Amino acid sequence: MPDGAQPVLDVRDLKTVFKVRGGEVHAVNNVSFNLKPGELLGVVGESGSGKSVTMMSLLGLLPTPPADVQNGTVTFDGQDLLSVDPETLRTVRGGKIGFVFQDPMTSLNPVYNVGMQIMEPLRKHMGMTKKEATVRAKELLELVGIPDAERRLKDYPHQFSGGMRQRVMIAIALACDPKVLIADEPTTALDVTIQAQILELMKDLQERLGMAVIWITHDLGVVAGIADRVLVMYGGQIVEQSPTRELFKNPQHPYTRALLKTVPRVSGGREARLAIIEGQPPILGAQPTACPFRDRCDVAFDRCSQENPPRYAVGAGHDAACFYDANTGAPRDA
Amino acid sequence: MLTYTIRRLLTAIPTLIFISLIIFLLLDMAPGDPTAQLPLTIPPEVREQIRQSLGLGEPVHIRYLLWLKQMMWSEPMYYLSQSTGWFDPPEAARLISWQTRAPVMDTIFERLPQTLKVVGLSYIVGVLIALPIGIISAYKQYSVFDQAGTFVSMIGFSIPPFFSGVLMIILFTVMMPNDSFFWFPSIYDTTLVVDSWENFGKQVRQMVLPVMVLALQTTAQISRFMRASMLDNLNQDYVRTARAKGMTESVVVLKHVLRNSMIPVITVIALGIPSIFGGAIITEQIFKVNGIGQFLIVSIQASDVPSVQTLTFIFAVLIVLFNLIADILYGVLDPRIRYD
Ligand SMILES: Nc1ncnc2c1ncn2[C@@H]1O[C@H](COP(=O)(O)OP(=O)(O)OP(=O)(O)O)[C@@H](O)[C@H]1O
Ligand code: SF4
Ligand SMILES: [Mg+2]
Repeated sequence: MPDGAQPVLDVRDLKTVFKVRGGEVHAVNNVSFNLKPGELLGVVGESGSGKSVTMMSLLGLLPTPPADVQNGTVTFDGQDLLSVDPETLRTVRGGKIGFVFQDPMTSLNPVYNVGMQIMEPLRKHMGMTKKEATVRAKELLELVGIPDAERRLKDYPHQFSGGMRQRVMIAIALACDPKVLIADEPTTALDVTIQAQILELMKDLQERLGMAVIWITHDLGVVAGIADRVLVMYGGQIVEQSPTRELFKNPQHPYTRALLKTVPRVSGGREARLAIIEGQPPILGAQPTACPFRDRCDVAFDRCSQENPPRYAVGAGHDAACFYDANTGAPRDA
Repeated sequence: MLTYTIRRLLTAIPTLIFISLIIFLLLDMAPGDPTAQLPLTIPPEVREQIRQSLGLGEPVHIRYLLWLKQMMWSEPMYYLSQSTGWFDPPEAARLISWQTRAPVMDTIFERLPQTLKVVGLSYIVGVLIALPIGIISAYKQYSVFDQAGTFVSMIGFSIPPFFSGVLMIILFTVMMPNDSFFWFPSIYDTTLVVDSWENFGKQVRQMVLPVMVLALQTTAQISRFMRASMLDNLNQDYVRTARAKGMTESVVVLKHVLRNSMIPVITVIALGIPSIFGGAIITEQIFKVNGIGQFLIVSIQASDVPSVQTLTFIFAVLIVLFNLIADILYGVLDPRIRYD
């Protein structure tokens, strides 16, 4: 990761609210982060922490209504994606930023063959003829490791297994040589061996094609294996950001520390049980005015229920949104 | 697909034979006497002779088999020989209407064009109006357009043609000044021959009211169905994928979503086609269109059993046939379905 390079993607103060019956769900609350060229950024957090909503907000992929991106800037290529005109946004989607979704079983259109679905962005963004697009589509399928690519272009999604469909999704996302690839839990719906294969594939492709990748996952084990840097999300906020090794060595936020305890270790003795984090993740009906983790936090104190902690810098490229200083074992001052 | 079609066609045969038996027995048990309409002065012996000559003397199973042979064999062979001239028409007498004394099938073929013109056209008009309404209503769910569409559909669903038909006549024939462009005839003139532009105009004008009445119903049903089917698909993950690929909204909606939504809608449209051939019984009656529907009503009133049996049976055949067509269409349109 080239340090200090100009980020390809810079997100500031992103806020997304869902208007639902009987109120609002504040799914993303003032999220800021950036992505550097060629970097693999891991995003972790339990279900409902706002990972998917954050990433979909960047490209305007949420259904509006109910979703409403109320605030923030997303700087990409010198423009703010949240305020550009729809046509410019469409050239970014699929052309410059590729997206791989959580569920490969439903993310492909069942009535069109995969060839057509891979060729669509090629023809739109690269202006290819049908012939050129067919050739490229075949290359892409080969790139993501689908055997007999030429013939399989004519197959429909239901003729592929889950892992193969996810490869097709990756091929679609990579079709136009994007600068950024956002992969939203691309392996969660797959079984373990397939997960490992897809992971391997993505890491390999990222190195070969030199793109920046945002990799969303539940799984800290996956992050440890591939990510350069990690964002930990909780309650629609980024609670910790850190280079990967640093995070595992020196986790700062109580939530991160609890998460790390839930990762099984090969060296751990037989009787060492996996820890579980007690309690439920919050569903926020309003802009949080206190630390969203306080009900489950084992070191919470008064201040935590009066203010929402800002992100305190705790090291090089490392920050944590917590009033408690894990290094000193005491509340931060001021 | 081919073997599936053949298998389905073969299984349709016992189904149809069973249906024909039910139709035959039901109508046979129905009260009513073909001679009831004849003058009272006819003496009972003559009356009995007339009944014998109509074939009513035989036991019921013999009559059923004779009728079946007539329907399934003699009539088709008659038309085959007429149209090709390869062989002489079969000996068996044609199926004769008790009321008109003319072969039933001839009357049906005479009536069919009127019905197809009016009912068929209204079906096409109804579907063509319904599809865009359904698509837009779904895409702009809860918009003013959607609300208006919902309201019109509710009217189409809840107002029966015997009311909307009469309402149309009052509005466009009775209350409208005769020289207005919006005046339309309430009586369908079957004898009109379209041999000039003027008569073509007349033909169009006389079709307007019945077509409007029937199209309202079709529009109401199909547009609701289209809307529901679009809504089902608009929230699917693959739609988000299409947007994430940078496709324009028109491609997303009219290519990705529509193609998926049309699958159930097309089968519903196909399933509705037999009702065109059945004629719109009430609407034809109101506007004096002498089509199949009106023929059926008149035959029922006259206890003209052969005509009613034939019409009902043809209707049954069409329903079975279009069910098959709908199933096959489903397989053609949806690549996930394989019949073999
Ligand atoms: N369409 C919607 N309407 C209302 N609320 C929604 C909608 N989509 C998401 N949310 C809410 O937004 C919050 C964040 O959801 P999100 O999908 O981002 O979680 P996630 O971190 O991706 O979880 P997972 O790991 O399960 O994918 C959740 O509380 C969810 O209830
Ligand atoms: S701010 Fe307080 S409640 Fe929140 S994580 Fe830190 S110590 Fe726990
Ligand atoms: Mg998610």
